[in-house]
Amino acid sequence: MDTVTRKGNRPMKLQADRDLCIGAGMCALTAPGVFDQDDDGLVVQLVAEPADAQAQLARDAVNACPSGAISIME
Amino acid sequence: MTVLDGLPRTRTCPFDPPAELASLRESTPVTRMKFPDGHEGWLITGYAEARAVLADPRFSSRAELSRPPVPMNMGGNAIEPARPGMFTGMDDPGHARYRKLLTGAFTVRRMQQLKARVAEITDLYLDEIERGGPAADLVPAFASPIPSMVICEMLGVPMSERENFQSRSAELFDLALSLQDRMAALTELAAFLAKLTKEKHADAGDDLLGDLLATGELTDEELGNIAVVLLVAGHETTRNMLALGAYTLLRNPDQLAVLRDDREAAGNAIEELMRYLSVIHIGPVRTALADVEVGGRLIREGESVNISVPAANRDPLRFPDPDILDLRRKATGHLGFGHGVHQCLGQQLARVEMRTALPALFRRFPDLRLAVPDDEVITNDDAPIYGVGRLPVTWTR
Repeated sequence: MDTVTRKGNRPMKLQADRDLCIGAGMCALTAPGVFDQDDDGLVVQLVAEPADAQAQLARDAVNACPSGAISIME
Repeated sequence: MTVLDGLPRTRTCPFDPPAELASLRESTPVTRMKFPDGHEGWLITGYAEARAVLADPRFSSRAELSRPPVPMNMGGNAIEPARPGMFTGMDDPGHARYRKLLTGAFTVRRMQQLKARVAEITDLYLDEIERGGPAADLVPAFASPIPSMVICEMLGVPMSERENFQSRSAELFDLALSLQDRMAALTELAAFLAKLTKEKHADAGDDLLGDLLATGELTDEELGNIAVVLLVAGHETTRNMLALGAYTLLRNPDQLAVLRDDREAAGNAIEELMRYLSVIHIGPVRTALADVEVGGRLIREGESVNISVPAANRDPLRFPDPDILDLRRKATGHLGFGHGVHQCLGQQLARVEMRTALPALFRRFPDLRLAVPDDEVITNDDAPIYGVGRLPVTWTR
């Protein structure tokens, strides 16, 4: 297998902190397949390591989160 | 260093922020500004700087630390701590306690479920406009009653009380009325919401106030005040976005066509309208709890900062060609709903209302046009939330 390609496609790792979450819903709005909100409005992570198109949406969601509750782990 | 004397508010074009803000953003995105009480604080016009302040817990929202950025004509300048339940004027953990009780009621999913009902309400008012046509003032006929009816339903205002509730709400935000009349409307609304809260004890109902009551965590005073916050935050803002948004689109027919004809575009289009129009044009204000450096300037503990949302949302470093309205632009990340822990609680509701009502208006009346010259569409540079006072339109039957 071509390891270089594999590395290039490596999915990103996401982390959601429900203590920081303020329930604005930007993540669920921006990346609905990756994040959701529970009945209290707090972030629920649906996918731990989104790939491809979902990864871009997840990045947008991280950027849009008003309280810094979701982040990309390096 | 020169100190700006007060927040620039005079516009030359109704859709663009005051020109002075743009030149400040270019030269000094964090600049000294004198507040009406004489305090030398700051004005922020840059996007990155605005976002940094709004996200930083060292900048407080506490009402008693804040200073009004424009002269207050409400009488009395005593700034008091936020009353119980008035969470917009609090910091965490007090603010978070209230917010966490409310977020479940405003999730993306709950608001999507309201979509069909918002569409019904919109159709109801569009039917009325059509019957009364071929002319209407879109402020009282469309922009004001739709958000007010949605709030009635969310709070659980009984049918028999809605007409009165909506009239008082319209008065509260009617700039043609005297301040005294508007404050009288607010007093009446607050008393009504306090009474409604008490009535929910006997008959909770399937609504927000009933649900909040059922948590057993809030006093009647807190509940009544929360209801006032939701009314004030949810009505005038959406009303002005609907009316000013309609006006903007009537003046930009190619963009109007995008919203009317491309159903896929509506979501993004609304974000761009929020960015472009930025109706929160006075404040928000934060006060530093410590010395904090922002954009290379040292803001000292105790100093107040006015963040200019209209200026930040037109920052070319964040949005290329910021003065062009482009409904297909990716406008996410705009500060129209704020940023940080106080970011608008009702934003997903506002999105549903705007995405539903504006396209429906232009689909119902494809040849809608202004019925008066631009100078008769009154804008008010001093209104707490920027918008138009009236929007007379006409169409061909």
